[in-house]
Amino acid sequence: MADVDIENYSLNFGPQHPAAHGVLRLVMELDGEIIERCDPHVGLLHRGTEKLIEQKTYLQAVPYFDRLDYVSPMCQEHAFALAVEKLLGIEIPLRAQYMRVLWSEITRILNHLLNITTHAMDVGAMTPILWGFEEREQLMVFYERVCGARLHSAYFRPGGVHQDMPAGLAEDILAWAENFPKVLEDMEALLLENRIFKQRNVDIGIATAEEAMAWGFSGAMLRGSGVRWDLRKSQPYEVYDRMDFDIVIGKHGDCYDRFVLRCEEMRQSLRIIKQSIEEMPAGPVTSMSTKISPPKRGEMKRSMEALIHHFKLYTEGYRVPEGEAYAAVEAPKGEFGVYLVSDGTNKPYRCKIRAPGFVHMAAMDFLCQGHMLADAPAVLGSMDIVFGEVDR
Amino acid sequence: MTTQMLEDLRDHIIARLEDDIFEANIAVGELTLVGRAESIGKILRFLRDDPECLCKQLVDICGVDYPARSKRFEVVYNLLSFQQNLRIRVKVEADEDTPVPSVVELFPSANWYEREAWDMYGIYFSDHPDLRRLLTDYGFSGHPLRKDFPLTGFVEVRYSEEQKRVVYEPVKLTQDFRTFDFMSPWEGAHYILPGDEKAEEKAS
Repeated sequence: MADVDIENYSLNFGPQHPAAHGVLRLVMELDGEIIERCDPHVGLLHRGTEKLIEQKTYLQAVPYFDRLDYVSPMCQEHAFALAVEKLLGIEIPLRAQYMRVLWSEITRILNHLLNITTHAMDVGAMTPILWGFEEREQLMVFYERVCGARLHSAYFRPGGVHQDMPAGLAEDILAWAENFPKVLEDMEALLLENRIFKQRNVDIGIATAEEAMAWGFSGAMLRGSGVRWDLRKSQPYEVYDRMDFDIVIGKHGDCYDRFVLRCEEMRQSLRIIKQSIEEMPAGPVTSMSTKISPPKRGEMKRSMEALIHHFKLYTEGYRVPEGEAYAAVEAPKGEFGVYLVSDGTNKPYRCKIRAPGFVHMAAMDFLCQGHMLADAPAVLGSMDIVFGEVDR
Repeated sequence: MTTQMLEDLRDHIIARLEDDIFEANIAVGELTLVGRAESIGKILRFLRDDPECLCKQLVDICGVDYPARSKRFEVVYNLLSFQQNLRIRVKVEADEDTPVPSVVELFPSANWYEREAWDMYGIYFSDHPDLRRLLTDYGFSGHPLRKDFPLTGFVEVRYSEEQKRVVYEPVKLTQDFRTFDFMSPWEGAHYILPGDEKAEEKAS
C-alpha cells in the first residue's frame, strides 16, 4: 500500500458543548485522534467583575463574589472578607469564625458533589449525578435557611457573617452529616472499581509535583500530584487551626487520583462540620464595631444613633485605610485569592481576583498534549472548571 | 510568619539584589518589593532559587492603573513558597510604551496572566510567546480595566433579525450609571456647592 500523507487537522470544540462545563471553546490540532495542541478560548462569560467592583462600595462588592464560581459562593466571599478585614485591622467574633468554617466546609461538599458527579457523567456514568444532586438539594436548603438564598448567599461579609443560624438548623446539619457517608459510599462503589471509569481516568492528564507547582496549580490539582499543601493547615485562617482533619494527597497526579481525593476530602469536611458545630460558642456573629457592621433592626427602632449608622453604612459604606493586601482561602477548587488595593475611600481602588480555575485552564494545553480527543473531557472534568471564575 | 522573620528576609533579599530593588516594605504582615522593570526576570529567578525564599509558585500577576503617575501601570507579581510557607509580592512600574520582560520562561503559569494584563491594561510583555487577547471579545479594541475606560464600554451587541447575525452598535443607555459623591461638604468638596454660586456673585 502506498504511503498516504495525512495532515493534521483542527477541531473546534464548543463554545456550546455539554462536556465543556459552561462556555468554553477549544481549538485543537489533532493528529488522527491524538491532541497535538489545544488552545482554549476563554472569556465568553467575561462580565468585568473587577471593573464593576471598583465602582461599588465594599459591602456592595460582596454579591459579585457569589457569581464567580457559582457552586461555591461562600468561600469566595470569604477571601474578600478576609482581605477587607486585613486592611481594616479588625478581628471578628469567635462564633462568626466558627460559622465561617462550618459554612466553608458545607460549601466544599456542595462543590465537590457537583464536580465528581459531572466528572463521572463526562466519562459516561449517569447515576451518580442523580444521587449527588439529591444531597446538594438538601445542602442548598441549609443555605436557604441560614441566609435566605440557595445560591447567591452574600452571607460572609466583612466584619462577620450576615446573621445567626435559626434554631434547629445545627441539629439538621448534624443529622444530614450522619447520613451522607452512606450516599458517598454508594457513589464510590459505583465508580472507584468500575472498569470503564478507570480506563477513562487512570494515567490521564498527569502532572508531576514539580510541574504542578510551576504551572501554579492549587487545591485538589496540586494535592493530587502529591504536594502536601492546604492553606487550611499551612496558613490557617479563622479557627481551622483548632480543627482536627487530615490533608488528603494523591500519588500519581492523574484524573483518577484527583477524583478519589475529592471523595475523601468530603469525608474530612464532614469531620470539620461536626467539630465546628459541637465546639461553636455562643455570642455575636458580627463585629461589634458599629462603624463596620450595621445595627440590629430592633435597636434601630429605639436608638437614633443606630439609625444614623444604618443609613451611613448602606449609602456611603465604610472607608478602608489606604494600603494593599492579599488574602487567600482554600476554596474547593484551590487557592482563591483577592488582592485588594485601597486608596482610603469607600470603594476598592483595585480588586484582583485570583481564581484557581483560571490557572488550571491555562494548563489545559500542557495536560492534554499526547492524549486522545476523548480524554479532553476527562481532564476538563477533573480540573473542576466553572467558567464564572475563569472569565470573571 | 513573624514580623522579625520578614524583616530578616527583607534584609537578605536587599543585600543580594540591591541594584534591582528600590524599596521593600512590610505592611499588614506582607512583604512587598518594588523593583526595576528591566530586571524582573532576575528578581523572580532569585526569589525562586534562593534557599531562603524558594518561591516555586507564581500565584498571580496583575496590573494596577494610576493615571496620575508618570509611569501609569504597576505590575504586581504574587509569589508563594511551599517550603518556607511564605508569600512575597514584587511590584514594577510600566507605561503604555515601555515593555516589561516576560517571565514565562521562569514560570509557565505567567503565560495567561500576562495575556490577561495585556488584554485588560495594555501592558506589553516583551518576549512573550503568544501575547494575544484573552478575556475580551474577538476584535475588541481598548483596554477595559484602565481607569479612563468607561464602565459601560463603547459597543453593545444584539442579534439582528433582519441580518440574521449578531451586530455591534454604539452603546445606548437610557440612564447613566449614577455615581454619588460621598465627600463631606465640611471637609472640602472640590466643586461649588449648590447655592454657593450665588454667594460668589454677590461678593464680586
